[in-house]
Amino acid sequence: MALLAPFTWIGQATLGLLAAIGRLTLFALSAVSHVFRPPFYPREFLSALMTIGWYSLPVVGLTAFFTGGALALQIYAGGARFNAEAVVPSIVAIGMVRELGPVLGGLMVAARVASSIAAEIGTMKVTEQIDALTTLSTHPMKYLTAPRLLAATLAVPLLVAVGDAIGILGGYTIGVQRLGFNGAAYLQNTVDFLEPWDVGSGLVKGAAFGFIVALMGCYHGMHSGRGAQGVGQATKAAVVSASVLILAANYLLTEAFFSA
Amino acid sequence: MIRLENVHKAFGPKKVLQGVDLEVGKGRSMVIIGGSGTGKSVLLKCVLGLIRPDAGRISVDGAEGASRDAFLARFGMLFQGGALFDSMPVWQNVAFRLLRGSLKQPRAQAREIAVEKLRRVGLSPDVADLYPAELSGGMQKRVGLARAIAADPEIIFFDEPTTGLDPIMAGVINDLIREIVVEMGATAMTITHDMSSVRAIADEIAMLHAGKIQWTGPAAQMEDSGDPYLDQFIHGRAEGPIESLR
Repeated sequence: MALLAPFTWIGQATLGLLAAIGRLTLFALSAVSHVFRPPFYPREFLSALMTIGWYSLPVVGLTAFFTGGALALQIYAGGARFNAEAVVPSIVAIGMVRELGPVLGGLMVAARVASSIAAEIGTMKVTEQIDALTTLSTHPMKYLTAPRLLAATLAVPLLVAVGDAIGILGGYTIGVQRLGFNGAAYLQNTVDFLEPWDVGSGLVKGAAFGFIVALMGCYHGMHSGRGAQGVGQATKAAVVSASVLILAANYLLTEAFFSA
Repeated sequence: MIRLENVHKAFGPKKVLQGVDLEVGKGRSMVIIGGSGTGKSVLLKCVLGLIRPDAGRISVDGAEGASRDAFLARFGMLFQGGALFDSMPVWQNVAFRLLRGSLKQPRAQAREIAVEKLRRVGLSPDVADLYPAELSGGMQKRVGLARAIAADPEIIFFDEPTTGLDPIMAGVINDLIREIVVEMGATAMTITHDMSSVRAIADEIAMLHAGKIQWTGPAAQMEDSGDPYLDQFIHGRAEGPIESLR
């Protein structure tokens, strides 16, 4: 029997994983269907838009600025090895809008928003506020999940767009102040080498990451365990799963958009 | 009328309800008593549709599991911990139903009704703009009660209405519940293990023990029921047929 123990473990782990994927998929389908079916809660949507979008601007902006600056330094140093320092503006722009803008923006939003959604909804569950919603003829998926999902899916691409611009500004600042580029030439170079799809693909990624962040926050909040410990674990699980899924989705989307 | 027939519910190996039969007449106040962990809350949640029973029938006014939305539309509930929404001020909690959905009204009107319901439970209008976290436990219970009655429901559930309150505040809440239920002519179902609540609120009593209704009857017959389980419970004796851990 002891010989069979590892197989039992593998079987249980596999079944557990498949069950979790199934539960999450059903939750996601139900959540999306509630986005499109009335009643709608515009007040909740606007409030979610403010917390997810507007209040995330500072953290996303700062992240993008420093990343753009560091990117400019790295590319300059790397480019210097084969006399290609001139590529700094175009690589900073492409790197920011295609990859770093959406991914770092998504990760920062995951840290800030997935955690707060999971903690808020988890606490509501633990204190019976979700049951109370139901008894007040209000569907928790419509009132709590749908507005957050829609707000995050719409707000994160906008955040990414702002982050892209600030990231390029970071690169420009370092390029002009530290590396001796001519300001006008730097901007010209950026514009010349950037194609619309570079920006568009980053925005599509942003929408996908926003969806993932809100989905994981709501899912783990709604399935939170009891007490302070349950809410703590739900919050942790929301941030970890949102971050990992963002990076996985980023790879798949990049593969889909840019593989030859 | 609420009728439960042979309702079963288990969580894994733990059998909580093992064939509950219960009837609550229209306009009557039924109090369900029983020790902690005997499944009182599970029973309430089964009637509400928050938990699906494994077997048995639950019907409200003869309509079995009919539209839950229709049932909830004329229903109010006071939760054990209040379950107030802490993201919104008191008046919006009370007027929650009146600010959205089929009962939606203009905000000013909804606020007026909320203030009136707050006054009904003994709270002054200046409480309306506070947040639930700024209130004491007793005040939160009152706000919860005001929210439960805001849309003039025909059926009201009270989940341990006096738990965590001092005896005087418990008495006040009990009296309020009694007054409101009589005044509104609502059907009430209360779960509690507080005997002062039972004496103040109940028309009828049902005792839940080991997953079944051990005894049910009018409140007046409680003292001389002759049921050893009920006797032990209402007199709070450690010795008797109900096992207690020491």
